[in-house]
Amino acid sequence: MLGKLTLEAIPYHEPIIVIVLAAVILGGAALAGLITYMRKWTYLWTEWLTSVDHKKIGMMYIIVALVMLLRGFSDAIMMRSQQMLASTGGEGYLPPEHYDQIFTAHGVIMIFFVAMPFVIGLINVVVPLQIGARDVAFPFLNSLSFWLFVVGVILVNISLGLGEFAKTGWLAYPPLSGANYSPGVGVDYWIWSLQISGVGTLLTGVNFVATILKMRAPGMSLMKMPVFTWTALCANVLIIAAFPILTATIAMLTLDRYLDFHFFTNDLGGNMMMYVNLIWAWGHPEVYILVLPVFGVFSEVIATFSKKKLFGYTSLVWATIVITILSFVVWLHHFFTMGAGADVNAFFGIATMIISIPTGVKIFNWLFTMYRGRIEMTSPVLWTLGFMVTFTIGGMTGVLLAVPGANYVLHNSLFLIAHFHNVIIGGVVFGAMAGITYWFPKATGFMLCEKWGKRSFWFWIVGFYLAFMPLYILGFMGMTRRLQHVDNPLWVPYLVVAFIGAVLILIGIVCTVIQIVVSIKNRDQLQDTTGDIWGGRTLEWSTTSPAPFYNFAHEPQVKELDEFWEMKERGHEEAAKKPYAPIHMPRNAAAGVIISGFSLIFGFALIWHIWWLAIVGLVGMIASFIVRSFNYDTDYYVSVEEVERVEREGRERRSLPGARTPTDTVVQG
Amino acid sequence: MRKSLMRGALRGLPILAGLLMLSGCDAVLFDPKGPIGESEKSLILTATYLMLVVVIPVIFMTLWFAWRYRDTKQSKATYTPNWAHSTKIEAVVWGIPCLIILALGILTWKSTHELDPRAEIVDGGEPIEVQVIAMDWKWLFIYPEQGIATVNELAMPVDRQVRFHITSETVMNSFFIPRLGSQIYAMAGMENRLHLIGSEVGTYDGISASYSGAGFADMHFKTHVMSEGDFDAWIEKARGSSKVLDDAGYTALNEPSENVAPTFYGQVKPHLYQQIMAPYMDGMELGMSDKQMGDMKMSGKKMDHSAHKMSGDEMSGDDMSGHAEPAMATEE
Repeated sequence: MLGKLTLEAIPYHEPIIVIVLAAVILGGAALAGLITYMRKWTYLWTEWLTSVDHKKIGMMYIIVALVMLLRGFSDAIMMRSQQMLASTGGEGYLPPEHYDQIFTAHGVIMIFFVAMPFVIGLINVVVPLQIGARDVAFPFLNSLSFWLFVVGVILVNISLGLGEFAKTGWLAYPPLSGANYSPGVGVDYWIWSLQISGVGTLLTGVNFVATILKMRAPGMSLMKMPVFTWTALCANVLIIAAFPILTATIAMLTLDRYLDFHFFTNDLGGNMMMYVNLIWAWGHPEVYILVLPVFGVFSEVIATFSKKKLFGYTSLVWATIVITILSFVVWLHHFFTMGAGADVNAFFGIATMIISIPTGVKIFNWLFTMYRGRIEMTSPVLWTLGFMVTFTIGGMTGVLLAVPGANYVLHNSLFLIAHFHNVIIGGVVFGAMAGITYWFPKATGFMLCEKWGKRSFWFWIVGFYLAFMPLYILGFMGMTRRLQHVDNPLWVPYLVVAFIGAVLILIGIVCTVIQIVVSIKNRDQLQDTTGDIWGGRTLEWSTTSPAPFYNFAHEPQVKELDEFWEMKERGHEEAAKKPYAPIHMPRNAAAGVIISGFSLIFGFALIWHIWWLAIVGLVGMIASFIVRSFNYDTDYYVSVEEVERVEREGRERRSLPGARTPTDTVVQG
Repeated sequence: MRKSLMRGALRGLPILAGLLMLSGCDAVLFDPKGPIGESEKSLILTATYLMLVVVIPVIFMTLWFAWRYRDTKQSKATYTPNWAHSTKIEAVVWGIPCLIILALGILTWKSTHELDPRAEIVDGGEPIEVQVIAMDWKWLFIYPEQGIATVNELAMPVDRQVRFHITSETVMNSFFIPRLGSQIYAMAGMENRLHLIGSEVGTYDGISASYSGAGFADMHFKTHVMSEGDFDAWIEKARGSSKVLDDAGYTALNEPSENVAPTFYGQVKPHLYQQIMAPYMDGMELGMSDKQMGDMKMSGKKMDHSAHKMSGDEMSGDDMSGHAEPAMATEE
């Protein structure tokens, strides 16, 4: 009746997990109780969970990402402390059974459920506003994407308390991830959480490519698009091209595990090398899906706060396009040591190095944007400067790893671990923090407290260097990755320093949490009454903060790059006198939540081999999708009176006292 | 406060670099004990120096521009809000990285061919054959010419190249002796080859560098680089072992085990290595008679094949380009 699911599946013999579970259950119950007490369920359901508003969906992505950052970081600090404690032959406190799940979960969570939602969340909040649109091309699909992603998050978290997670490393290389070597449910949790959230990501890709190509404000030609929108476009093109590979690869692994196929097994004609190629044919573009949009964030931040036009817009756009294309011809550099010939390895090594050219150009573009500017040292700028220094070092070690001869000794070592944390923390995380701080007032109407933001930055950056520079050195000292214990006294001091670094990063994360709490508490003093708190250059700053649900009362007309900056130069009241017209908007939809709910049942049932329940989930998914497709009442018109009311309130807000400039805010802190 | 921190970060970089140099003696990759490792070390250093040509100015300019053009009330620095293009700067920022990558690209092409793991090392002497089998969670080394086998202990004569034939009886692993240089994956049903030389007598750590499950952390072995005389004595010591690696012995060894102490086998069943790979290779396990194997040997063809599994048909073909070889390729 319940497949493989028995009471044995609850890891009650693991005290750490039991404590965490108890905390999660109590915390969840307290939260639910609070919502009930405040009678907020209806509000939550109608205003958020079923919302198709791109800004709210974007904010929900970022909230989930922040929560999962805490989970992923807990894994990180457990790994660092385990390696420190077990570095002189001791066993530490985490047996391999547990440790192996932790490093797998850490990688999966940080990439799929932290970095991705940070980036997709920012794209959601910003892109429609930047191109002067009122929502995305397919608002309901956007809601469905988000909820499918949430299903992945939920499945990963269920694995903590029910059964186990994969013990294979984050990419689940077969044959280790095959049924022979991993008979438990861990790999199945991995499969279904990535498969279901991956479909959501693919739909996001389709949605945003359509949105950016078809819904730009009149006059905004491609070469007048803000850089963030350009990078979002390229990232979403990459999603459309790369995610089907992931889906197909995981599907083949699924057939191997569930139906005894032999795509990737050792015997009967299976070939694990095919899996390794396929997973990286997705995996390498994935890196650029994450990093291209944050390049866009830095471009916007640096131009705005240098109070200067972005240097070399055209070459920046072309650099982005070149990276997009090249990202598909470098995947083999992840396994130079698999035994390909010298010609093949050299080709992929050189192709990889070529990517560093357009990337380097971007760094120079930001540098020359700062040159002869007037740089305001706000926290988004600090994150950007931290990124430029850190990412340059990460780029250098990346090119070094791209030299096959060097890779033969550095592959899989802690040098590699240091490298990709260097580019992902120094790039994606810093970019997410910069972007969140920068656009926070646009989404919520008030700024984040600068004082705590800067504290967070300094703890993060110092913590990062302490945590990861020793790992570079340990790589040179011959330490490989994923070791549950080691026995080498020479490595101990470096592991201790790395642990201290992780603690500093923890303080940085705590500062961010405090920053959010303090800012919500002081939101009245931190209000952005102007709609253009930073002196922005692009269209999102031309509307009020928070942006009205329809974004723009009048569709913007674009004449130039940095249209809003030019508008301000021209004196921007020109549009205000035009009469309002009714605005066509999508209705909220519960179907996204419902379809995803059934997909959660489907995935969970398949993980535990509860076949009848899987059928219920599958039928429910299909049926609710069909029902939704017969719903013709999916849109409506906002009346002129309503638009007038919202706009009047927006104008009244402008006369309120609020945080005018970041410098004032520092004082108010 | 912020400024001093930024300067502190700037000062931190050379300190970190210094730390790296100081740890040089402990950093096994910077203190290699063989020519392959030696070339890889110099490759790492050359490539790093080349890149520092760009990296150091970029880091310096980032911090300098941020300082010079920061917004202060009394700032006297030039401010040009609409300046956004300069062909000269564009030419430099595209040009210099292109030149550096051109140099690195040439270096990469040459070094990748020189360091090809399966290429025999010039002046490395007549290679000694060692068959390496990754198991759960230990390494089996078979010396086919000497007829002995060991677990988790490897010996090689100094200054003479060893040709490793590497496969797996289980999941993927990576065979790696950091002091000697290159690693390569061990995969079931496939053979990878690696040529290494130890040029200094000593004992060096060997590891698996690709995570392979619960016992992975203890999957290491000692590599003894010894004089010819000591090596012969080591072989004799192994021959003296009463343990026999026949089918029964192998089945027992193949049970998953962790943290396995070095073990010697005085006798090894002939063609055991081929027998290990055969079940994973389509059409090979039944089709290959002794005569065919003899033929292969006599044809004297240098088998250099693509990383694919061989079917029976391909075995009779002439052209086997690529690597990860089939079992029968070399040994006897």
